[in-house]
Amino acid sequence: MGLLSDPNRRKAITSLTLSVLPDVVCYLAGIAWFMGLAFEPFTLRTYMSENAMGSTMVEERFPSGERALATAREFAAHKKKVGGMPVDWLVKTMRAQGLEVFTQSFSRNLPFPDESKERFVVRGTNVYGILRAPRAPRTEALVLSAPCSPGNSNNQAVGLLLGLAQYFRSQIYWAKDIIFLVNEHDLIGVQAWLEGYHHTNITGMGYTPLQGRAGSIQAALSLELNSDVVTSLDLVLEGLNGQLPNLDLANLFHAFCQKLGILCTIQGKLQRSDWDTVEGYTHSAQTMLLMVLKQASGRPWGEHGLFLRYHIEAASIRGVNSFRQYKTDATSIGRLFEGMVRKLNNLLERLHQSYFFYLMPSLTRFVSIGYYMPAFGLLTTILLLRALDLWVHLGTPTPVTEDGVGEGESPSSPGLLSVLTPVVISHLTGVALYTLPVLSQEMAVEHFPVSETEAVVLTAIAIYTAGLALPHNTHRLISGEGTEQGWRVLKLVALLYLAVLLGCTALINFSLGFILAVTLVPAAACVTPHVPKALSAVAMVLLSPGCTILYCVFLFQELQEVPVSLAEGWMLFLSVISQGILDHALYGSLVYPLLALLVYPCWLLFWNILFWK
Amino acid sequence: MAALSRKWDPLFVLVLGSLVFSCKGDVLKTSNDRTESISATKIEESSPQAADLGDLRQSDEAESNEDRKAFTPPPPNDQFQEEMVIRPLYSGDIYASFQFRTQWDTDFLHDGKKVSHYRLFPKSLGQVLSKFSVRELHISFTQGYWRTMQWGQPFIPSPPGAELWVWFHHTVTDVDGNWKELTNVLSGIFCASLNFIDSTNTVEPSASFKPLGLGNATDHRFLRYATLPREIVCTENLTPWKKLLPCGSKAGLAVLMKSEKLFHSSFHSQAVHIRPVCKDWQCTSTAWELRQTLNVVFDLYTSGQGKKEWSLFKMFSRTLTEACPLASSSKIYVDVTDNPGGELFDLSPSSPLISTAVVLGDRRTYSVYDLTKKETFGQLRSLNLLLRWKGESDDMLRPPLHAERYVSGFGLQKGEIHTCLYNSHPYRAYPVLLLDSLPWYLRLYVHTLTVTSKTRENKPSYIHYQPSKDRLRPHLLEMLVQLPPHSVTEVTVQFERALLKWTEYTPDPNHGFYIGSSVISALVPSIVAMDTNSTRDRPLFSSFFPTKEESSYFMRVYTEPLLVNLPTPDFSMPYNVICLTCTVVAVGYGSFYNLLTRTFQVDEPSAPLAKRLANIIRRLRGVPLL
Repeated sequence: MGLLSDPNRRKAITSLTLSVLPDVVCYLAGIAWFMGLAFEPFTLRTYMSENAMGSTMVEERFPSGERALATAREFAAHKKKVGGMPVDWLVKTMRAQGLEVFTQSFSRNLPFPDESKERFVVRGTNVYGILRAPRAPRTEALVLSAPCSPGNSNNQAVGLLLGLAQYFRSQIYWAKDIIFLVNEHDLIGVQAWLEGYHHTNITGMGYTPLQGRAGSIQAALSLELNSDVVTSLDLVLEGLNGQLPNLDLANLFHAFCQKLGILCTIQGKLQRSDWDTVEGYTHSAQTMLLMVLKQASGRPWGEHGLFLRYHIEAASIRGVNSFRQYKTDATSIGRLFEGMVRKLNNLLERLHQSYFFYLMPSLTRFVSIGYYMPAFGLLTTILLLRALDLWVHLGTPTPVTEDGVGEGESPSSPGLLSVLTPVVISHLTGVALYTLPVLSQEMAVEHFPVSETEAVVLTAIAIYTAGLALPHNTHRLISGEGTEQGWRVLKLVALLYLAVLLGCTALINFSLGFILAVTLVPAAACVTPHVPKALSAVAMVLLSPGCTILYCVFLFQELQEVPVSLAEGWMLFLSVISQGILDHALYGSLVYPLLALLVYPCWLLFWNILFWK
Repeated sequence: MAALSRKWDPLFVLVLGSLVFSCKGDVLKTSNDRTESISATKIEESSPQAADLGDLRQSDEAESNEDRKAFTPPPPNDQFQEEMVIRPLYSGDIYASFQFRTQWDTDFLHDGKKVSHYRLFPKSLGQVLSKFSVRELHISFTQGYWRTMQWGQPFIPSPPGAELWVWFHHTVTDVDGNWKELTNVLSGIFCASLNFIDSTNTVEPSASFKPLGLGNATDHRFLRYATLPREIVCTENLTPWKKLLPCGSKAGLAVLMKSEKLFHSSFHSQAVHIRPVCKDWQCTSTAWELRQTLNVVFDLYTSGQGKKEWSLFKMFSRTLTEACPLASSSKIYVDVTDNPGGELFDLSPSSPLISTAVVLGDRRTYSVYDLTKKETFGQLRSLNLLLRWKGESDDMLRPPLHAERYVSGFGLQKGEIHTCLYNSHPYRAYPVLLLDSLPWYLRLYVHTLTVTSKTRENKPSYIHYQPSKDRLRPHLLEMLVQLPPHSVTEVTVQFERALLKWTEYTPDPNHGFYIGSSVISALVPSIVAMDTNSTRDRPLFSSFFPTKEESSYFMRVYTEPLLVNLPTPDFSMPYNVICLTCTVVAVGYGSFYNLLTRTFQVDEPSAPLAKRLANIIRRLRGVPLL
């Protein structure tokens, strides 16, 4: 640390770090780097890394797409008759196909009603059939799942699943057991099944233990189909907490789409070939930004998302029926699945050869972790430069010449308490934000004319806003007048805290880390008690984590080409908050606790500095 | 009896007739009357004495048959039997089990003499037995997992992969050395990777594996048990197995063993069991018994093309035309218990011979086809059994005992092994012996070992635990657990996954590591004893106290093996590191070596002649030199 402790050397670096120029350059370079990732010449082409899936193209022979659709209609009729999942019919059908069939019932009380899906107390049954591979010792398995959704949706998926089961049963080449899972209540059902299969209980789900197992699951594919014919298939990769499956799974899907001539999309966007035009670039930038936003949300964007926690490579494939001319029938989709499952069946090892951390500006292009991390690195450099600057300032004796008055009393010791107090208070506010909304919903419903869900969301927003008022008053109560040194130390701590926090977040979920860095870093870098109060307070609030979510909601709608008005956007924002809290309770998504317990208190520290007296 | 002798060759009557008639005439008579009844013990799991009685009868028949066919008469006591059992399973699949039994009358262990004369017994195995002083040897190769819930119980259970257990003679001093050599030799004989058996996967079970043959050795120092769950069984293992048969695959039941058909199945298991047995009921002298078994389950769906129809030709793409000429008995049994009135399936040609036996605690009825009889083959001179399904019965079975095992939890640090033991007997509790052998790289937390049944703790009455030593020996856990009636008993133990040295990973580390099956051995209350109807046709005084033989039977259940992922480094990283460091070292070392070894001198080159001359002139003139 000679560099930092030697006063002469310090002076040299002070001259560099004191200026704002490197900060601005870093920030702009970071953003530019990130946006450059969507430019095709800067990205890599995807390629199949896994040897076992590469060269051995097989002929797909799945013949019975029509029959699968007939099964789907039968399933729909039974579903209507029962008014939910036709468990008995499914068991009978699967058993007739020669599978070992088991059921699992589960129940889950949501912490507060889910208004978007209209459920509060969930009870359901999963049905799964295991195709035992001949001469295999039940050590490995693949999962094909389809949800039994309410209403008229996803019947074709179940039909195709059963059709595939029947066809697969008569084949001899299976080396891994194949589990055909039809789950009720979409993700909750999958969560119950996975917890049952792995005999864990992380979310407080009530379920009956599974009777049949098939060893360690190597990969899973989830199928969502709503119509007899589709125009394209959409691949969904983003899973819980921003986890992604191995890139080879995406490559496999793309390879079979190419082979069978099926239109395939990612984020609902087709690939364009004109990368050198502005439209082409915008298109891939939109695709990539959509992926970043979805990943940052930390939600499972399909049933596959929950498998990833268990180290099971999984992806959802969603049939899209738009008004294009080009149609694909169920037989082709069946063949696509047959091909993919056969390739996965050929795997000798778990998928591990290709990337786990990537962004996809299109289905054939990817940005690996080595390419996107510098963008984030440039942003965090600002925090480190600022911290360095503060450290240098704190080390040099107070320049008495400047103001004459200087800081009379003990300039070198700001006191541990004056730093610790805001830190503790901010975090307590964070804890309140994390716990109170769900806990106090009953009270809120009693006293205000709102539903439980609204109560939770509004309490969260209320605590969030109340936090703005609290901490900058309290520190004075405890340790009297704040000193010039005091805010410097506090800011130094806060800067390092934020850098570590964002760094760790970005390692796990790059998108979330990056989005937070884009808004938090400028606020953190600029804030001092000496800037104009009103203007900077507005800027700080606009750059706070809560507003970041709001911008993301609008941006997401814009990118999906369904722009919303301000009022609609606000409603969406509210539902996003309630969904975030629900995702945390139901599936263990970590975005809500991360924001409430760490990011928000960290931002409050900077807010505190702004109002330092 | 008179009819019998008239049918037979006069030569036979002259040579052996008197002997046969004097000692075992009753046996011949019953077989001639075509209402043969075989004892329960003859089919399976026989107690040595009873089996031996049966053997003796068989041996006489063997002599007579072979004499009739004018082969050179064997020395009076070596003999060979072959049989096949076909059992249509509830699931619609079909189970074919072959058994070949060779008995060899020699006693080299007691006398220590060298045996050099081999007839029916394979020489390769005989030499192995004598060289390594083996008392008993059991080896099985299995591809697939026996689905107890659909198929019921197998005649001889075996775990997926290879399993080997050997009792050595008590005179052996270096058991481990013998074991190591033996596994290597067997590896050569069976073309299998048995040489991968070493101290890290060998255990000495204290209670689970008792000798099945003569002698009640209890000192488990002479027992070695190992499994290779990863072993893949294929044609190259079948061929050497077939070569051990006296007739090879040229004649008899073994002609059915075409590998492309045997491996087009749901389950394939082949085994060799060698043990000493008594020769007579007083057990005055002993003999070696070699039992070769092969079990196959054919899948209705994948091979039947949806048609529920079976025939020998469909299963094996062969029909039978003759018995093995060396065999003293050659029979096919078809289980027709569930088909008393022919409503479940049709069997053609039908056989008038019916036998009943108590097999695995259940009274079964079999149609018997005797291949040594000409009329079995009919006019076409070939036997092609045909089985046509009529009814549907595909419910899950409730076997009295079954087990499953799985790893719970996620992540690569810890995990928990769950072993669930199901006792589906409605009112009887019985104890089972659970044997678990886990590799050292699963660090067991033994304090987390729990046994629960019906949500209450179930304290095992006997626990034998041998902790592992890193890279030396596996964990061994044996427990005697009482299973309450109609219950699930769950045995759980937590473990931590060890980080291996980088050379210890297999070439495919991301596939995971196999953990062998646990073995559950139990005396299971038999279904026959539960059957209240069975008392009807027996005298009342015989049925008050259940007799031992009928009330329970020995059963061994293997759980599925486990595939456990260990924390695996990215093996491309060492590659990069090696490349980088090599480059750095090459460049750095080269320049450093250069710098260190080279000596630098200021070299003053002698000036050219013209310059020297010019300088002389300049010095003379007093002008500065060049």
